[in-house]
Amino acid sequence: MIEFYLDQKLGVTPYLQLVQQVRRAVKLGLLHDGDQLPTVKDVVGKIAINPNTVSKAYRELEHQGLVVARTGVGTFVAVAPSDGPPTTLRPLQRDLERWIARARDAGLDDEGIEALFIESFRDASSVVAP
Amino acid sequence: MTAVLEATDLGKRYRRKWALSDCTLSIPQGHVVGLVGPNGSGKSTLLNLAAGLLAPSAGRLDVLGGPPARDAAALGRVGFVAQEPPVYSAFSVRDHLRFGAHLNPRWDAELAKNRVEDLGLDLSQRTGKLSGGQRAQLALTLAIAKRPELLLLDEPVASLDPLARREFLQILMETVADQEVSIVLSSHLVSDIERVCDYLIVLADSRVQLAGDVDDLVSSHHRLIGARCDPAGYPANQEVIDASHTDRQSSLIVWSHGPVEEAWTIEPVSLEDLVLAYMARAKHPRSGHHFDGEVTT
Repeated sequence: MIEFYLDQKLGVTPYLQLVQQVRRAVKLGLLHDGDQLPTVKDVVGKIAINPNTVSKAYRELEHQGLVVARTGVGTFVAVAPSDGPPTTLRPLQRDLERWIARARDAGLDDEGIEALFIESFRDASSVVAP
Repeated sequence: MTAVLEATDLGKRYRRKWALSDCTLSIPQGHVVGLVGPNGSGKSTLLNLAAGLLAPSAGRLDVLGGPPARDAAALGRVGFVAQEPPVYSAFSVRDHLRFGAHLNPRWDAELAKNRVEDLGLDLSQRTGKLSGGQRAQLALTLAIAKRPELLLLDEPVASLDPLARREFLQILMETVADQEVSIVLSSHLVSDIERVCDYLIVLADSRVQLAGDVDDLVSSHHRLIGARCDPAGYPANQEVIDASHTDRQSSLIVWSHGPVEEAWTIEPVSLEDLVLAYMARAKHPRSGHHFDGEVTT
């Protein structure tokens, strides 16, 4: 089961952080089809967050088609990861790690690496930040 | 939607100084409302007015559909925990529970007993011997066991260490998940507010600077970064809340009324920066007019 956390340095609202954590876990193959998400009360009791925020995040995930809510039972992951199983992710991750090592060798610090990655990612996918 | 707290031109004056003025607010039911603002901005005054411990000097205030503390039934529907955990140091924990049971018609003895057990409090312990965190937890227990429809908390975590603070907020949020209760709490800690509140009120200079659903507020405000410019160059369809400048760059925090011109880079604004921007504006009014409506979507 996924364990949520809040990173308050991010400047991302708690609601979006929960949505992103589930999306990421599904993408990385950490959450599978049929896995149950923790109940609202469990999340609330663990990370001291507003229950409305958790419900809202779950509704958004449902709207995005990632989870289904079964009344009285709970909320379940309802999607096969679209990016393929972890076996295809691992080589990609290794490539990325090698690239990061090269960037460090070239003298870039963490901030520079992150900036370069985000910049290239934006260019490549021409996704405009909302 | 029903309002748990409805204020119209509400004001409170102590001798010649207005602690709260022209306060118009409508807080919908079912929210956890965060009340933030500098010291002396009127937070405690507003909470004390809502609890019925103070009478307004001007305007009107309705709590759960009528004047605060109008009769015993109305008192029973509102819980209030004042800033210093309001427990009697010579009384034992058990005395407090007995006290609560006698004074509150809807007292939930089961809930009170379970909570005290969960907290590991010794029933025979005098509350004067408890830690600050335990006293705060006991005060919250009494307020929750009263089964209020509206719970008012004045700086409930200000005196607690980080662990006690987190535990306090966990219990509070579990209560919200279990019971149908609306909460208004004041705090200086925007990080806590961001965690637990879904509605925000910024008070500064005795006035409401901003009020609305937290997610709506965050999504309708932006930071715009562009080439240095003076106020004449600000985008026309954006209300500038705060501005800072370097030699070459201007950074604006704006309330967006429409799409932003291409020349500006748009960044999100954290809740903390948003709160600070409104407080700064109250301190050094730039634009002369106040945000005096709710953000609606």
